[in-house]
Amino acid sequence: METTRRNFLQQLGYVSIGFSLMGAAPVPHSFLAPSKMRGSGKRPDQNHINAWLHLLENGKVLIMSGKVELGQGLRTALKQIAAEELDTRLDLIEMQMAETGKTPDEGYTAGSYSIQSSGMAIRNAAASARETVLKMASEKWGIPISQLQLKDGEVIGPKQKISLHQLLAGRQIEQEVGTPSEFKGKTVRRFVGKPVPRKDIEDMVRGNPIFVQDLRFPDMVHARTVRPPSYTSEFVSMNESDFDTQPGFLKLVRKGNFIGILAEEEYQTIQIMERAKKSVQWKSEDYLPANTPLKDYLKTLPLETKTQEDKGDAQTAIDQSQKRHSASYFKPYIMHAPNGPSCAVAIFEDEKLKIWSHSQGIYPLRNSLAALFKMSEDDIHIIGVPGSGCYGHNAADDAATEAALMAVEYPGRHVRLQWMRDDENGWEPYGTAMIVELKAGLDANGKINGWQYEVWSDGHSNRPDGTPESLLPARFLDEGYGAPGIGYKGGAVRNSVPYYTIDAVNVQSHIFLGPLRTSSLRALGAYANLFALECFMDELAHKADIDPIEFRLMHLKDPRSIDCLQKLRKNTSRIDLAEGEGLGYAFCHYKNETAYFAVAAHVKVDRKNGAVQLKKMWAVIDAGETINPDGLKNQTEGGMIQSASWALKEAVRYDARHITSLDWNSYPILRFPETPETEVEVIDRPDQPPVGAGEVAQGPATAAVINAIFNTTGVRIRELPVTTDALINA
Amino acid sequence: MKTDIQLNVNGKEHTVQSAPDTPLLYVLRNQLELNGPKFGCGLQQCGACMVLLDGKSTTSCQLPVRTAAKYKITTLEGLVDENGRLHKIQEAFVKEQAAQCGYCLNGIIIASVALLNESPSPTDDEIKEKLNLNICRCGVHSRVVRAVKASIE
Repeated sequence: METTRRNFLQQLGYVSIGFSLMGAAPVPHSFLAPSKMRGSGKRPDQNHINAWLHLLENGKVLIMSGKVELGQGLRTALKQIAAEELDTRLDLIEMQMAETGKTPDEGYTAGSYSIQSSGMAIRNAAASARETVLKMASEKWGIPISQLQLKDGEVIGPKQKISLHQLLAGRQIEQEVGTPSEFKGKTVRRFVGKPVPRKDIEDMVRGNPIFVQDLRFPDMVHARTVRPPSYTSEFVSMNESDFDTQPGFLKLVRKGNFIGILAEEEYQTIQIMERAKKSVQWKSEDYLPANTPLKDYLKTLPLETKTQEDKGDAQTAIDQSQKRHSASYFKPYIMHAPNGPSCAVAIFEDEKLKIWSHSQGIYPLRNSLAALFKMSEDDIHIIGVPGSGCYGHNAADDAATEAALMAVEYPGRHVRLQWMRDDENGWEPYGTAMIVELKAGLDANGKINGWQYEVWSDGHSNRPDGTPESLLPARFLDEGYGAPGIGYKGGAVRNSVPYYTIDAVNVQSHIFLGPLRTSSLRALGAYANLFALECFMDELAHKADIDPIEFRLMHLKDPRSIDCLQKLRKNTSRIDLAEGEGLGYAFCHYKNETAYFAVAAHVKVDRKNGAVQLKKMWAVIDAGETINPDGLKNQTEGGMIQSASWALKEAVRYDARHITSLDWNSYPILRFPETPETEVEVIDRPDQPPVGAGEVAQGPATAAVINAIFNTTGVRIRELPVTTDALINA
Repeated sequence: MKTDIQLNVNGKEHTVQSAPDTPLLYVLRNQLELNGPKFGCGLQQCGACMVLLDGKSTTSCQLPVRTAAKYKITTLEGLVDENGRLHKIQEAFVKEQAAQCGYCLNGIIIASVALLNESPSPTDDEIKEKLNLNICRCGVHSRVVRAVKASIE
């Protein structure tokens, strides 16, 4: 235990040591490889190979990525990409992910972009490094490059070999990333395309320290936040007289409406925080629209309307069609709801802040913290450490900010701050509620001849952006920062334009600023857009009396889409449906430009009590070149199950004052007995660019479940989540 | 008020200084520096903090340490044998790659071990029923069921 802990701290930069020592020490699979570079303010220059790749004295290669491991298996996938180009065994590759001043600034780990961006940057850098060292060895030995190869950290010639460390005489490869003539990931595929197991899972099952929640430093103190009753509550007064007598009490920090407690031990801190909650007086107003159905309320808000697509004359086409159909869909606010509440450790020493955080964007967080604390970026050092799965922008950055606020008030000691369950559920930035309204016409052959689409949505990202406002605690401070505005509007229209071949299409977006705090949740607006679009396709297929897969194929041209749907049809062709059971389908081409995905759901509906039991879900996914097929399957299985949970269970509830979905009873999600079996087929296309797949399942999987419910009950669910009321005696 | 409390954890006797009503979870994590049991909700609703008490899976987030002292406590770390070999369930989770973020894994493995203590060859439905308390947000449920089944084959 002691050895493991020491290494964990070493890896996270607590113990400063050099490479040679680490070479001799037994290093377990590391979440942050050791490095003697100190985190300075500088961003490594991404045009240079050494921003991405360092040669270690022990013969290993350290790969640096500005992205973070979220449980999506990115660390392993990036390692495979690097190992391939360097023709070097996986155990000789170390990974360092996300630390300011050390790794490249790659913004946020989001949008399923990590393989496309970080993965391809590392592929370029590693292939450039290979070509550079082969050229160096060729010049050194006077042997043509064609007779040399790089293998497992050595350049090997006909009769000679040299380690990279020796060849470079201890220096790093400082050349610019070039335009490599070959990518072995496309040709050799010794590691890429293989189901390389994640090493971190063994650490997890052993209980090794992995998470930011597991960090322990000598003399570390604990912090909790005394949360107000609502978004707009104002501090009035507090009885602080008896805190001093509480065991372990160290300090009460109050800055405007922000209140934090510091104590020696964690449970003492929680007890004092709970006591403080009772002794503080707030002024709070009822202001949330608790008495109006959300769907109606959202339409009363000021809207920013934009045309996203206007092709042909959709209105006339629909008016002149043989059959017409329209429907309206609604998706409520839903939450990230990570299993482990957000957490951070921070220390303020020598006027510098050092923070360990599971933020998805350490450099953007640093920018915002620098603005909030009025400090130079160079004086803030952030180390990315895995947390509980987040599925988008949750409270990670907020917890980091609160830990920093407390650390500044208590210099010289590490401060660990973790949110409680009700903090997390009640204060995280949710995925926004959305409305979609659709109209379409069918011609005599059952083909869609006109399509009108309108979407209502809040923005989909209020991630740290260099301003304090995106950090929750900012609004509570005396400076009067306020809440951020709508944020990233583009997320609302993701997949709002149909990928299907339709001559006349009109798509309008209406953006509002809604009542609850929102930011990025897995798939952003593509979730509601694809839920609506793929349910509507099923409705149209039914109206046209055409098989739903066939109906989609009638409106698709590209072979990759067709391949996915045909494989799915084959994989589900032998399903026998019993009484009360239904099968539903859906499809998407994510963002209309990345992965292709077809999904089926097999459900059983009990008409007596309206209960929906998911029996099985199937998927076929084509994400271009597959780096790790098992990782891709895992992400897809998880995406389908999470999506089914959103569809069947989830909605953020609130009263006039604040959120009331504060625990797992008031915010239920799918539990084990309710989850389906899953089966995923991966179509690997090494000739295509690899694209991200972590968000692809969200929209279509919900639509498949809803379409399956229709298939057996004849009931069209158009408002999420599915309620038993809608299905009783259906 | 803190008192000395004797705990039997992973086959070893420990004396900890703790207020007797402190939940076991905080003692295990912060005094014995064990990482297996995790804080998830503090409400006995999610299973992240599970440990074995005399072989039965129990949440530790509200269990007073003085009550826990009456039992043999096993955490995730304690499933590994003296030679560092994994328990067959831990092994199956690695082999089936039954994790994403891994935060829930402690409770799921602990509950699965408890299940096999009660019933050596459970059905899929029995596995799922036993894991009813365990929240997993990444959606690795179907892999978990495969892993538990693989461990008994």
